[in-house]
Amino acid sequence: MWQYERRLQFPVNIKEPNAKLAQIIMSQYGGPDGEMGASMRYLSQRYATPYREVAGLLTDIGTEELAHLEMVATIVHQLTRNLSMEEIVRSGFDKYYVDHTLGIWPQAAGGVPFNACEFQSKGDAITDLTEDMAAEQKARSTYDNILRLIKEPDVCEPIKFLREREIVHFQRFGEALRLTTEKLNEKNVYAFNPGFDKCENCNGQS
Amino acid sequence: MNAKEQLLFNVGVVDFTMTDLGLFLDTHPKDQRALEYYRHYAQIKKQLCREFSKKFYPLTMAEADCEKAWEWAEAPLPWEGGCE
Repeated sequence: MWQYERRLQFPVNIKEPNAKLAQIIMSQYGGPDGEMGASMRYLSQRYATPYREVAGLLTDIGTEELAHLEMVATIVHQLTRNLSMEEIVRSGFDKYYVDHTLGIWPQAAGGVPFNACEFQSKGDAITDLTEDMAAEQKARSTYDNILRLIKEPDVCEPIKFLREREIVHFQRFGEALRLTTEKLNEKNVYAFNPGFDKCENCNGQS
Repeated sequence: MNAKEQLLFNVGVVDFTMTDLGLFLDTHPKDQRALEYYRHYAQIKKQLCREFSKKFYPLTMAEADCEKAWEWAEAPLPWEGGCE
Protein backbone atom coordinates (compact mmCIF):
# COMPACT_ATOMS: atom_id res chain seq x y z
CA MET A 1 0.00 0.00 0.00
CA TRP A 2 1.04 3.60 -0.24
CA GLN A 3 2.19 6.18 2.28
CA TYR A 4 2.44 9.85 1.51
CA GLU A 5 5.32 12.22 2.17
CA ARG A 6 4.27 15.83 2.17
CA ARG A 7 6.92 17.14 -0.21
CA LEU A 8 7.90 17.00 -3.88
CA GLN A 9 10.74 14.74 -4.97
CA PHE A 10 12.38 17.84 -6.52
CA PRO A 11 11.41 21.46 -5.74
CA VAL A 12 9.05 23.36 -8.02
CA ASN A 13 8.89 27.14 -7.53
CA ILE A 14 7.54 28.93 -10.55
CA LYS A 15 7.22 32.65 -10.02
CA GLU A 16 5.66 33.69 -13.36
CA PRO A 17 2.39 32.14 -14.48
CA ASN A 18 2.24 31.25 -18.20
CA ALA A 19 -0.79 29.46 -19.57
CA LYS A 20 0.89 28.67 -22.90
CA LEU A 21 3.63 26.67 -21.21
CA ALA A 22 1.07 24.93 -18.98
CA GLN A 23 -0.69 23.50 -22.02
CA ILE A 24 2.56 21.95 -23.25
CA ILE A 25 3.59 20.53 -19.87
CA MET A 26 0.12 18.98 -19.54
CA SER A 27 1.25 16.22 -21.92
CA GLN A 28 3.52 14.82 -19.23
CA TYR A 29 0.53 14.61 -16.90
CA GLY A 30 -2.06 12.89 -19.10
CA GLY A 31 -0.37 12.45 -22.45
CA PRO A 32 0.55 9.17 -24.21
CA ASP A 33 4.10 9.13 -22.80
CA GLY A 34 3.43 10.97 -19.56
CA GLU A 35 3.82 10.09 -15.92
CA MET A 36 0.26 8.82 -15.44
CA GLY A 37 0.77 6.25 -18.19
CA ALA A 38 4.16 5.32 -16.77
CA SER A 39 2.92 4.77 -13.22
CA MET A 40 -0.21 2.88 -14.29
CA ARG A 41 1.82 0.72 -16.68
CA TYR A 42 4.41 -0.39 -14.14
CA LEU A 43 2.00 -0.74 -11.24
CA SER A 44 -0.33 -2.83 -13.42
CA GLN A 45 2.39 -5.07 -14.88
CA ARG A 46 3.84 -6.10 -11.52
CA TYR A 47 1.07 -8.59 -10.63
CA ALA A 48 1.78 -11.02 -13.44
CA THR A 49 5.55 -10.76 -13.07
CA PRO A 50 7.02 -14.16 -12.23
CA TYR A 51 10.20 -12.82 -10.60
CA ARG A 52 10.23 -10.93 -7.31
CA GLU A 53 13.13 -8.65 -8.16
CA VAL A 54 11.26 -7.46 -11.24
CA ALA A 55 7.98 -7.04 -9.33
CA GLY A 56 9.88 -5.03 -6.73
CA LEU A 57 11.45 -2.82 -9.39
CA LEU A 58 8.08 -2.24 -11.09
CA THR A 59 6.55 -1.30 -7.73
CA ASP A 60 9.37 1.10 -6.87
CA ILE A 61 9.62 2.78 -10.26
CA GLY A 62 5.81 2.93 -10.49
CA THR A 63 5.75 4.67 -7.14
CA GLU A 64 8.43 7.14 -8.20
CA GLU A 65 6.39 7.93 -11.32
CA LEU A 66 3.45 8.88 -9.07
CA ALA A 67 5.81 11.35 -7.38
CA HIS A 68 6.71 12.68 -10.83
CA LEU A 69 3.01 12.95 -11.70
CA GLU A 70 2.66 15.16 -8.66
CA MET A 71 5.57 17.33 -9.80
CA VAL A 72 4.12 17.78 -13.29
CA ALA A 73 0.71 18.71 -11.83
CA THR A 74 2.45 21.21 -9.56
CA ILE A 75 4.20 22.80 -12.56
CA VAL A 76 0.88 23.13 -14.43
CA HIS A 77 -0.87 24.41 -11.29
CA GLN A 78 1.76 27.08 -10.64
CA LEU A 79 1.80 28.13 -14.30
CA THR A 80 -1.96 28.68 -14.32
CA ARG A 81 -2.40 30.76 -11.19
CA ASN A 82 -3.51 34.41 -11.10
CA LEU A 83 -4.41 34.42 -14.78
CA SER A 84 -6.51 37.23 -16.19
CA MET A 85 -9.35 36.41 -18.58
CA GLU A 86 -7.37 38.19 -21.34
CA GLU A 87 -4.39 35.93 -20.70
CA ILE A 88 -6.64 32.83 -20.68
CA VAL A 89 -8.08 33.77 -24.09
CA ARG A 90 -4.82 35.01 -25.62
CA SER A 91 -2.86 31.86 -24.71
CA GLY A 92 -5.47 29.46 -26.08
CA PHE A 93 -5.99 28.09 -22.58
CA ASP A 94 -9.68 28.97 -22.91
CA LYS A 95 -10.39 25.59 -24.52
CA TYR A 96 -9.22 23.79 -21.37
CA TYR A 97 -10.56 26.43 -18.99
CA VAL A 98 -14.15 26.08 -20.20
CA ASP A 99 -14.26 22.41 -19.14
CA HIS A 100 -11.92 22.44 -16.15
CA THR A 101 -11.39 26.03 -14.97
CA LEU A 102 -7.99 25.74 -13.25
CA GLY A 103 -8.53 22.13 -12.23
CA ILE A 104 -5.87 19.61 -13.20
CA TRP A 105 -7.29 16.97 -15.61
CA PRO A 106 -5.21 14.35 -17.41
CA GLN A 107 -5.05 14.98 -21.13
CA ALA A 108 -2.37 15.38 -23.78
CA ALA A 109 -1.32 18.84 -24.96
CA GLY A 110 -3.44 18.25 -28.07
CA GLY A 111 -6.54 17.44 -26.01
CA VAL A 112 -6.66 13.61 -26.16
CA PRO A 113 -7.82 12.43 -22.74
CA PHE A 114 -5.61 10.01 -20.84
CA ASN A 115 -6.71 6.44 -21.51
CA ALA A 116 -5.49 2.90 -20.90
CA CYS A 117 -4.85 2.35 -24.64
CA GLU A 118 -1.73 4.44 -24.08
CA PHE A 119 -0.05 1.62 -22.19
CA GLN A 120 0.03 -2.15 -22.22
CA SER A 121 0.26 -4.79 -19.52
CA LYS A 122 0.84 -7.91 -21.56
CA GLY A 123 1.46 -10.48 -18.83
CA ASP A 124 4.65 -11.65 -20.49
CA ALA A 125 7.89 -10.80 -18.71
CA ILE A 126 10.01 -10.09 -21.80
CA THR A 127 7.25 -8.14 -23.56
CA ASP A 128 6.40 -6.00 -20.54
CA LEU A 129 10.02 -5.07 -19.79
CA THR A 130 10.66 -4.22 -23.45
CA GLU A 131 7.53 -2.04 -23.38
CA ASP A 132 8.86 -0.36 -20.24
CA MET A 133 12.21 0.43 -21.84
CA ALA A 134 10.40 1.96 -24.81
CA ALA A 135 8.16 3.93 -22.47
CA GLU A 136 11.13 5.50 -20.70
CA GLN A 137 12.66 6.56 -24.02
CA LYS A 138 9.33 8.01 -25.18
CA ALA A 139 9.12 10.00 -21.98
CA ARG A 140 12.71 11.19 -22.38
CA SER A 141 12.00 12.30 -25.96
CA THR A 142 8.96 14.19 -24.77
CA TYR A 143 11.04 16.01 -22.15
CA ASP A 144 13.61 16.79 -24.87
CA ASN A 145 10.82 18.37 -26.93
CA ILE A 146 9.61 20.33 -23.92
CA LEU A 147 13.13 21.67 -23.35
CA ARG A 148 13.24 22.81 -26.99
CA LEU A 149 9.93 24.62 -26.56
CA ILE A 150 10.45 26.11 -23.11
CA LYS A 151 13.39 28.24 -21.92
CA GLU A 152 12.12 29.65 -18.60
CA PRO A 153 14.64 28.48 -15.92
CA ASP A 154 12.01 27.99 -13.18
CA VAL A 155 10.26 25.45 -15.42
CA CYS A 156 13.37 23.91 -16.98
CA GLU A 157 14.98 22.89 -13.66
CA PRO A 158 12.34 20.36 -12.56
CA ILE A 159 11.90 19.22 -16.19
CA LYS A 160 15.61 18.46 -16.52
CA PHE A 161 15.45 16.41 -13.30
CA LEU A 162 12.48 14.43 -14.60
CA ARG A 163 14.25 13.80 -17.90
CA GLU A 164 17.33 12.43 -16.11
CA ARG A 165 15.16 10.02 -14.12
CA GLU A 166 13.71 8.57 -17.34
CA ILE A 167 17.23 7.71 -18.48
CA VAL A 168 18.03 5.99 -15.17
CA HIS A 169 14.75 4.03 -15.27
CA PHE A 170 15.58 2.86 -18.80
CA GLN A 171 18.87 1.52 -17.44
CA ARG A 172 17.14 -0.29 -14.57
CA PHE A 173 14.54 -1.92 -16.83
CA GLY A 174 17.36 -3.02 -19.13
CA GLU A 175 18.99 -4.80 -16.20
CA ALA A 176 15.68 -6.38 -15.24
CA LEU A 177 15.28 -7.68 -18.80
CA ARG A 178 18.78 -9.16 -18.69
CA LEU A 179 18.01 -10.75 -15.31
CA THR A 180 14.81 -12.22 -16.77
CA THR A 181 16.40 -13.68 -19.90
CA GLU A 182 19.14 -15.22 -17.75
CA LYS A 183 16.53 -17.08 -15.75
CA LEU A 184 14.93 -18.46 -18.91
CA ASN A 185 16.15 -21.13 -21.27
CA GLU A 186 19.17 -19.57 -22.93
CA LYS A 187 18.61 -21.64 -26.07
CA ASN A 188 15.12 -20.22 -26.49
CA VAL A 189 13.93 -17.45 -24.20
CA TYR A 190 10.51 -17.60 -25.84
CA ALA A 191 10.02 -21.30 -25.09
CA PHE A 192 7.32 -20.48 -22.58
CA ASN A 193 5.74 -17.54 -20.77
CA PRO A 194 6.87 -17.77 -17.13
CA GLY A 195 3.96 -15.57 -16.16
CA PHE A 196 1.41 -18.10 -17.37
CA ASP A 197 2.68 -21.49 -18.51
CA LYS A 198 3.33 -23.91 -15.65
CA CYS A 199 6.50 -25.18 -17.33
CA GLU A 200 8.41 -25.39 -20.55
CA ASN A 201 6.68 -27.51 -23.22
CA CYS A 202 3.35 -26.93 -21.48
CA ASN A 203 2.07 -23.97 -23.52
CA GLY A 204 -0.89 -23.33 -21.28
CA GLN A 205 -1.71 -26.95 -20.57
CA SER A 206 -1.37 -27.82 -16.88
CA MET B 1 16.87 29.63 0.82
CA ASN B 2 15.54 30.14 4.33
CA ALA B 3 16.11 27.59 7.12
CA LYS B 4 12.90 25.67 6.36
CA GLU B 5 13.62 25.47 2.62
CA GLN B 6 17.22 24.40 3.31
CA LEU B 7 16.18 21.61 5.69
CA LEU B 8 13.47 20.39 3.32
CA PHE B 9 16.00 20.44 0.48
CA ASN B 10 18.42 18.33 2.58
CA VAL B 11 15.64 15.82 3.32
CA GLY B 12 15.04 15.68 -0.43
CA VAL B 13 18.70 15.11 -1.29
CA VAL B 14 19.07 12.26 1.21
CA ASP B 15 15.76 10.66 0.28
CA PHE B 16 16.60 10.86 -3.41
CA THR B 17 19.93 9.11 -2.77
CA MET B 18 17.99 6.34 -1.05
CA THR B 19 15.43 6.13 -3.86
CA ASP B 20 18.13 5.81 -6.50
CA LEU B 21 20.08 3.25 -4.45
CA GLY B 22 16.84 1.38 -3.82
CA LEU B 23 16.20 0.97 -7.54
CA PHE B 24 19.73 -0.34 -8.01
CA LEU B 25 19.30 -2.74 -5.10
CA ASP B 26 16.06 -4.07 -6.63
CA THR B 27 18.13 -5.68 -9.37
CA HIS B 28 21.36 -6.11 -7.35
CA PRO B 29 19.99 -7.23 -3.97
CA LYS B 30 23.32 -8.53 -2.65
CA ASP B 31 25.56 -5.58 -3.51
CA GLN B 32 27.25 -4.90 -0.18
CA ARG B 33 28.52 -1.41 -0.98
CA ALA B 34 25.09 -0.25 -2.09
CA LEU B 35 23.53 -1.78 1.03
CA GLU B 36 26.04 0.04 3.23
CA TYR B 37 25.36 3.37 1.53
CA TYR B 38 21.65 2.77 1.87
CA ARG B 39 21.87 2.07 5.60
CA HIS B 40 24.00 5.17 6.09
CA TYR B 41 21.54 7.50 4.34
CA ALA B 42 18.46 5.86 5.85
CA GLN B 43 19.79 6.82 9.27
CA ILE B 44 20.37 10.44 8.23
CA LYS B 45 16.96 10.70 6.62
CA LYS B 46 15.21 9.56 9.77
CA GLN B 47 16.97 12.26 11.79
CA LEU B 48 16.33 15.02 9.25
CA CYS B 49 12.65 14.09 8.88
CA ARG B 50 12.16 14.12 12.63
CA GLU B 51 13.95 17.47 12.89
CA PHE B 52 11.83 19.03 10.14
CA SER B 53 8.59 17.66 11.54
CA LYS B 54 9.39 19.02 15.01
CA LYS B 55 10.46 22.48 13.81
CA PHE B 56 7.98 23.10 10.99
CA TYR B 57 5.25 20.56 10.06
CA PRO B 58 4.91 16.79 9.76
CA LEU B 59 6.22 15.23 6.57
CA THR B 60 4.43 11.94 7.17
CA MET B 61 1.35 11.01 9.13
CA ALA B 62 3.56 9.07 11.52
CA GLU B 63 5.37 12.29 12.46
CA ALA B 64 2.13 14.22 12.93
CA ASP B 65 1.28 15.52 16.35
CA CYS B 66 -2.17 14.47 17.51
CA GLU B 67 -2.19 16.12 20.91
CA LYS B 68 -3.77 19.54 20.52
CA ALA B 69 -4.87 19.40 16.90
CA TRP B 70 -4.63 17.23 13.78
CA GLU B 71 -1.64 19.13 12.48
CA TRP B 72 -1.39 16.77 9.51
CA ALA B 73 -4.45 18.45 8.00
CA GLU B 74 -3.14 21.95 8.65
CA ALA B 75 0.31 21.49 7.13
CA PRO B 76 1.09 23.10 3.77
CA LEU B 77 0.68 21.05 0.57
CA PRO B 78 3.74 20.46 -1.61
CA TRP B 79 2.35 22.25 -4.66
CA GLU B 80 1.98 25.57 -2.86
CA GLY B 81 4.89 27.83 -3.58
CA GLY B 82 5.98 29.70 -6.63
CA CYS B 83 4.03 32.90 -7.07
CA GLU B 84 1.77 32.47 -4.02
